[in-house]
Amino acid sequence: MEILTWTYILVGLSFALYIGIAIWSRAGSTQEFYVAGGGVSPLANGMATAADWMSAASFISMAGIISFAGYDGSVYLMGWTGGYVLLALLLAPYLRKFGKFTVPDFVGDRYYSKTAKVVAVICALFISFTYVAGQMRGVGIVFSRYLEVPIEWGVVIGMCIVFFYAVLGGMKGITYTQVAQYCVLIFAYMVPAIFISMQLTGNAIPQLGLGGSVADGTPLLDKLDGVLTELGFAAYTSGRKSITDMFMITLALMVGTAGLPHVIVRFFTVPRVKDARLSAGYALVFIAILYTTAPAIAAFGMYNAIDTTSEKNISELPEWIATWQKTDLIKVDDKNGDGKVQYVADPDANELTIDRDIMVLASPEIAKLPNWVVGLVAAGAMAAALSTAAGLLLVISTSVSRDLFKTFRPDISDKKELRIARFAAAGAVLLAGYFGVNPPGFVAQVVAFAFGLAAASFFPVIIMGIFSTRINKEGAIAGMITGLVFTIVYIVYFKFISPEMNTADNWWFGVSPEGIGSIGMILNFLVCGIISHLTPPPPQEVQDMVEEIRIPRGAGKAQDH
Amino acid sequence: MPTHNDKMKAYWRKNLQTLFILLLVWFIVSFGCGILFVNELNEFRLGGYKLGFWFAQQGSIFAFVILIFVYVVRMNRLDREFDVDEE
Repeated sequence: MEILTWTYILVGLSFALYIGIAIWSRAGSTQEFYVAGGGVSPLANGMATAADWMSAASFISMAGIISFAGYDGSVYLMGWTGGYVLLALLLAPYLRKFGKFTVPDFVGDRYYSKTAKVVAVICALFISFTYVAGQMRGVGIVFSRYLEVPIEWGVVIGMCIVFFYAVLGGMKGITYTQVAQYCVLIFAYMVPAIFISMQLTGNAIPQLGLGGSVADGTPLLDKLDGVLTELGFAAYTSGRKSITDMFMITLALMVGTAGLPHVIVRFFTVPRVKDARLSAGYALVFIAILYTTAPAIAAFGMYNAIDTTSEKNISELPEWIATWQKTDLIKVDDKNGDGKVQYVADPDANELTIDRDIMVLASPEIAKLPNWVVGLVAAGAMAAALSTAAGLLLVISTSVSRDLFKTFRPDISDKKELRIARFAAAGAVLLAGYFGVNPPGFVAQVVAFAFGLAAASFFPVIIMGIFSTRINKEGAIAGMITGLVFTIVYIVYFKFISPEMNTADNWWFGVSPEGIGSIGMILNFLVCGIISHLTPPPPQEVQDMVEEIRIPRGAGKAQDH
Repeated sequence: MPTHNDKMKAYWRKNLQTLFILLLVWFIVSFGCGILFVNELNEFRLGGYKLGFWFAQQGSIFAFVILIFVYVVRMNRLDREFDVDEE
């Protein structure tokens, strides 16, 4: 069968599955809508968290980024997994014990202040919107590439699917569809990886294959280092970024991960504190399967690309290069007219341009796998994009219906609140869809924003709220605003106002805009601590509440006020 | 006789000790082995990997997973010891 037929069949089947699950698990109360009734098992929640977390970018682009960045790509690998340690040890169990529905809920109660809560809501909305716009675009690109429809139609189809199960099912529907989506995406990611690893190194486990040897007996990574340096590139296993910058970016991504509202909210859905801890562990296991495979795909892809093209006759290039040339993701341009491909570091002499997304998208063809595997990768990429988009939309709708609406109109009924939450979810889908069709030119740049802001705003005030009884509302508000403003100004200056200044010489302390969230976080901690000690301590009942959330016993289901 | 309050203080202190040790390991495997001392560790090898590179792209992630499960086991034991576990 043709690739396109297989793609339609596999993508169609996976969508039917998601919709079926959504109908079976639709939400009847606000509790089910916000936190799935608080009755999700730690294993299912771990899987859902993993699907929620791994976006189209993790699935499609990450391996490719590492291919070209080599060792420097480690910031994403460590940054996007290490945050789960912070989450499991410092946040998840306590927030679960606290037992409300959202991060602004916590900030509002712990800092006994509507102002603090509203600042938190604004941060949550900004972070989630930034993120979801990118996801919708991702959905559109995946659709257009695999189903050969225009990107706009891809976005519309994606919107309809997400709309259906996010609006209908709420957190309950989303959680169980995410479990299915995780299975689809991890299977789709692993199959080509395993086959490529076997072909190149004879080892079926990609994580071991990366440390294995190629046919002539030299270790793959050494071979890659040698080939790349010969062509004028930096060695694969050595870095180009400064140690300070590597450090700061990794820290910002880790702390940002732990501060992302759509990740934190997942730990409100399990029944007990014990389950919150365990569920973070399961989540990281499921994430680690993909994240330790990605560097293998990255190195295999780069090795294959060079091995099959460099100094080869253009007429004898492998078939996948011709296939993907049609999409403009690979460009071959015989500049010196010798009929051969030169892939070199010097841009004037280089004749081969490879888009980073190729490393995953073309992996089934590189490994000469049957057509159905291509369809599978398409379904996997779609699962990754949809699951993340749905999780984010839920945070947006909850922020609107609960954190904004209910804060100012506390007496509305459960039924009415549920209706508002659904309307908000619907509105958010439409808005995200609009950004997916008309992407603001800066989508790629704003990813740094989302992490930087989460690191500089939420993380410190939540940590201090749990681990200190002395921190008060004055400190928290001042800290959040300082962290936020500093990070925004720094990123906006280097990314939007003066992009030409965005070089290591001009950065403060040698920290790039991607890593500046770390400095914002430190400022937030400092300001929060100093201001709190200069102003009166929080009221006794808040201090008692902090003592209370430190002890697991007595965690009921997530409760309404 | 120790009061309820003293007991809770002791529980919290033990909790913080556990956190400190685990986070120290977290820092060493990622920021230490993967970034700060990566060049020194790259002098050593682990199969076809340079050791520092392995920590940065594989080892730190495995260590993170192990850390969380060690935390889960230790905290469950601590909860039972101080009789604050959930029924």
